[in-house]
Amino acid sequence: MPQRVGRYTINLPSRPVIIGNAAVVGKKEGEGPLAEEFDHIFDDTTMGEASWEKAESAIQREAVTRAISKAGIGTADVDMIFAGDLLNQCIGTTFSLRELNIPLAGLYGACSTMALSLALGSLMTDSGALGTCVATTSSHFCSAERQFRYPLEYGGQRPPAAQWTATASGAAVIKNQGEGPHIDAVTIGRIQDMGIKDANNMGAAMAPAAAETIADFLNDTNTKPEDYDIILTGDLGAIGSTLLKQLLEKDKNIDISAVHKDGGLMIYDIDKQDVNSGGSGCGCSGAIVCSYILNRLRSGELKKVLFVGTGALMSSTSSKQGESIPAIAHAVLLSCQ
Amino acid sequence: MATTNKEYSKMAKKASPPSPKFKNMFFAFIIGGFICCMGEVLRFAFEKAGLNELEVKNAIPVTLIAITAFLTGIGVFDKIARVAGAGTIVPITGFANSVVSPAMEFKAEGKIMGTGVQMFTIAGPVIVYGTASAVLYGLIIYIFKLY
Repeated sequence: MPQRVGRYTINLPSRPVIIGNAAVVGKKEGEGPLAEEFDHIFDDTTMGEASWEKAESAIQREAVTRAISKAGIGTADVDMIFAGDLLNQCIGTTFSLRELNIPLAGLYGACSTMALSLALGSLMTDSGALGTCVATTSSHFCSAERQFRYPLEYGGQRPPAAQWTATASGAAVIKNQGEGPHIDAVTIGRIQDMGIKDANNMGAAMAPAAAETIADFLNDTNTKPEDYDIILTGDLGAIGSTLLKQLLEKDKNIDISAVHKDGGLMIYDIDKQDVNSGGSGCGCSGAIVCSYILNRLRSGELKKVLFVGTGALMSSTSSKQGESIPAIAHAVLLSCQ
Repeated sequence: MATTNKEYSKMAKKASPPSPKFKNMFFAFIIGGFICCMGEVLRFAFEKAGLNELEVKNAIPVTLIAITAFLTGIGVFDKIARVAGAGTIVPITGFANSVVSPAMEFKAEGKIMGTGVQMFTIAGPVIVYGTASAVLYGLIIYIFKLY
């Protein structure tokens, strides 16, 4: 049964296991430094579909079916799926999963959704309510652009602080027992809003949420940054990562610089791939956790990773109405066998 | 002491790199200037072809719009515009691109609810305030009998 430790963190004594994981990405992500890590790279950004929304559903379905098959089980063995994406009413998810006939808990946490789905899936597994479940997220550059920004062919300049929504999806199969990396503890974050209004600078909007959640987790578990191989944020990009480290040092006296990595800085070659401040989107951290991180935890190359998914919870309506950006961050402690 | 919103806003501003203004201005000048020169070349060409002044004035923007629409359609215009910035937005090319790009993008939602509804989603404000300011200036001219 889950046990609360400290004020915000929940320990999972049964240590739910990730028995299978898969990550699939689009062409641009497949040209990035992590290309070797992914299970599949789609060369066609449309994935052969008639709309970008359908294309996003296709990559998510691909990630989910690959993860389930790598876990050595079938869809009928999955008790519940925790899934979300960036599109209005989460249609990337609902259309990707409608044929799978698995109980669905649809989630919206913007780019924090991978951490949120892993957290809720492992909590439900640890509580005994579920035997096997799947956590997944996706994002697609083109479906996100048309919903949040401009048409693809519109000729405008992106500001240097902007992040590039990754075309990617990650999925992880969580089970109450078996072989693979464990989920040991989770922290569900609190909304933080320090008044940033620029939707082109989401890293700056999300950094305070990441700082709070990391500090909460370290306090609650009485650990230090050195106790982790990686503290992975996803996805703050270059500006958000700088601000996160500054905030933690200044306000909490915590220095994570030796172990900090950010998904938005890992998925692309920032200097060569013209992505401004780095990658973003639920699929970005989703794909990195479900490939690079989980694979290294499985092989034992990494022992302990604190994954902190960060989400900017605005909409294009709230931005137009001049509201600042509420942000959230959830933490999941992943460890090797 | 915890960072205040005001302090954080300063930190965020400091951490965020500014747009490369001089580079942007340079390319806007070169490419925007090139488009204007093209307009002049077209003017000579149309005059040579025997069009009268009014016809030439109509033929130049029509040609530039057609070229922009074609370049937008084949996915080249946005790549030029990323470098050119204001150089392609300010001339009539920017207006043409802002109409053609949503028309293409929202094809997936159908010809009426997609292309029809969304076509002026970017250009709409330009048309609204362009028309409104034309009416305002017209009134000023009428009232003060400037002509």
